[in-house]
Amino acid sequence: MAINLKTLSAKPELLAGGHAACAGCTGPTVLRQALLAAETPLVCGSATGCMEVVTTLYPHTAWRTPFIHNAFENSAATMSGVETAFRALRKKGRIPDREIGFIAFGGDGGTYDIGLQSLSGMLERGHKMLYICYDNEAYMNTGIQRSSSTPKGADTTTAPAGSVKAGKEQNRKDLTAIVIAHNPAYVAQATPSDPRDFMAKVQKALKADGPSFINCIAPCHRGWRCKPDSGIAIAQLAVETCFWPLFEWERPGKFTVNYKPKEKKPLEEWLKLQGRFKHLFEPKNKPILDELQRDVDSRWVELLAAEERTKDVQVK
Amino acid sequence: MAKFESLTGNDAAAHALRQCKPDVAAAYPITPQTELMHKFAEFVANGKVDTEVILVESEHSAMSAAIGSSAAGARTFTATSANGLALMWEVVYIAASNRLPIVMPEVNRALSGPINIHCDHSDSMGCRDSGWIQLFCENGQEAYDTVIQAFRISENPKVLLPTMICFDGFIISHTNEPVAMLKDEAVSQFVGVYKPDRALLDVENPYTFGPLDLPEWYFEHKRQQVEAMRNSFEVIESVGAEFGKLSGRPYGLMDGYRMEDAEVVLVALGSTCGTARVAVDVAREQGVKAGLLKLRAFRPFPIKQLRQALSKAKVVGVFDRSISFGIEGGPLFHEVRSSLYGGKQPVIPFVYGLGGRDIRVEQIAEAFKTLQQVGKSGAMDRDVEFIGLRD
Ligand SMILES: Cc1ncc(C[n+]2csc(CCOP(=O)(O)OP(=O)(O)O)c2C)c(N)n1
Repeated sequence: MAINLKTLSAKPELLAGGHAACAGCTGPTVLRQALLAAETPLVCGSATGCMEVVTTLYPHTAWRTPFIHNAFENSAATMSGVETAFRALRKKGRIPDREIGFIAFGGDGGTYDIGLQSLSGMLERGHKMLYICYDNEAYMNTGIQRSSSTPKGADTTTAPAGSVKAGKEQNRKDLTAIVIAHNPAYVAQATPSDPRDFMAKVQKALKADGPSFINCIAPCHRGWRCKPDSGIAIAQLAVETCFWPLFEWERPGKFTVNYKPKEKKPLEEWLKLQGRFKHLFEPKNKPILDELQRDVDSRWVELLAAEERTKDVQVK
Repeated sequence: MAKFESLTGNDAAAHALRQCKPDVAAAYPITPQTELMHKFAEFVANGKVDTEVILVESEHSAMSAAIGSSAAGARTFTATSANGLALMWEVVYIAASNRLPIVMPEVNRALSGPINIHCDHSDSMGCRDSGWIQLFCENGQEAYDTVIQAFRISENPKVLLPTMICFDGFIISHTNEPVAMLKDEAVSQFVGVYKPDRALLDVENPYTFGPLDLPEWYFEHKRQQVEAMRNSFEVIESVGAEFGKLSGRPYGLMDGYRMEDAEVVLVALGSTCGTARVAVDVAREQGVKAGLLKLRAFRPFPIKQLRQALSKAKVVGVFDRSISFGIEGGPLFHEVRSSLYGGKQPVIPFVYGLGGRDIRVEQIAEAFKTLQQVGKSGAMDRDVEFIGLRD
């Protein structure tokens, strides 16, 4: 299916409006783009978190696909059970013989932290399903607590910036790299600010011969303390500063950088739009700002090198 | 005449599972459940059953995957013991509240700590309020028979609740006993094929499972689970009776031994009931009018039937193989005593066999004597007595 407005506008919306997400939340944008990209019927699941809560307020549901929420840490395990049931019942001829796509969603808390084991198990077992992490860089549903995806220096409710502490003291966990280390079929980073790129990745991921994973940045204006209408622009700025590079990794090990900014913007441009980093602009916190920039720079260099190093790898 | 095979409880349960042709299994190893899954894996490896097995990375994921699979519309089982069940605990509740007919052999083992691999009932009792049906077995034959009945009970549209088949670690799971097996076709006919009304894989009719339930509805949904449990009494009995016609071994909610004229009655669960039967005979020889009431269904708890069965008893003793800290007597004792509320009999708590400590015929016969004395003394209350404990 071509990803253009003509074909997309002819497709039914699989996430109904009227859900309870905050105005300006980018989470539902991530969900809608993913659902719209699929070329087969879908069965979806989600970890506990904002997206699950706002879309399934009983007796309503925003999901026009079959959907299951089980608990916080087990979206991957739950959907691996659904995918296995699909294979079992198809083999026995008890369901129609056709493809179904399986997508598990989770926030960064449900994916990087409490659900990491369940995700790792699903990847290792090789279930043919896609896991999408909508990464808003903190536990938003429970009130903006830090997660292992929260950037160093960010002000959150559990690692607040105060007179002696400058917010979170640790660096982010590189989850995408951890997922790649499992050698799954397909891995990518994406952003809702580039729907064409993201949706093409979803299509590839759903067709991949094995487990796939997409880490999608999803700004939360409440937690990031930015303007409610700025989420998509801030997501794009994360890409332009190379804080959130758009890339793919395909088995047996090929990196492709999907977007290389002509002019890499300074990280400060991204940070200064967000209240969670405000204190970093006090002179005493200059070393943290410098460290954050150095970290982005070195990761970007590494990524470009990985692409160069694997340019001859043949993807089946 | 039934043909007997020498099987361990674990192997007997594995055979029953094979014969029920589950679509999906998800499990993680823990002693003493391990050999059950070994046996089942062997069946799969040799094409004796075509179940898709998910070898998960933890019990939490075992139950999570089982929930996904069952919601997808597949007949699903898992099996565990002790710490495995404890790790699952969160999702054990979710399985029941989603009304998923998952079947789970629960090979009873003491909960840590201290870590101990031997039998007691603390694990099952830890989730007695999770909304699962809990059926206790006395021996390998009952484990086999109960697994087969469990699918029928759980999948009954009036029930749709998961079932735990509780059988004692090592004492049943690892002991060879003669077990009469049914023919594969007979079991297959008895359990039928699972066809749920709502399934995730029915993509034309999308359902949302596990929505957020606020104060406006949560209570009503809990009430529906209550109704399902109430309905399950009748279903457990009718499935047990039907199974009896098929096998010659009928089952109900409980089973009495020498209860007709019994004055001193012991209530117990699991393998101890076999020992207690001998102890009843011994006590009778010693002049005590002893009887045994073996409870099969712990959840749902058959209050009315229990009351009826104990109506003629002068004294009731309750044997708990688990402990409830901070209150005298274990969970079984409290359920039995509250069932008999308003009655004239004293109900006396015993705790025995924790962490796999053996219980012997003489000890139970001795307990009958104690009960007889309590009956004569007219006392209604007594602190819990620990059987076979060092001073
Ligand atoms: C076992 C467990 N621990 C904690 C919680 C509380 N809890 C629910 S959602 C949530 C945070 C979710 O954060 P994330 O995964 O980042 O998603 P978001 O809310 O940001 O969308 C937490 C801590 C829970 N539901 N279950």
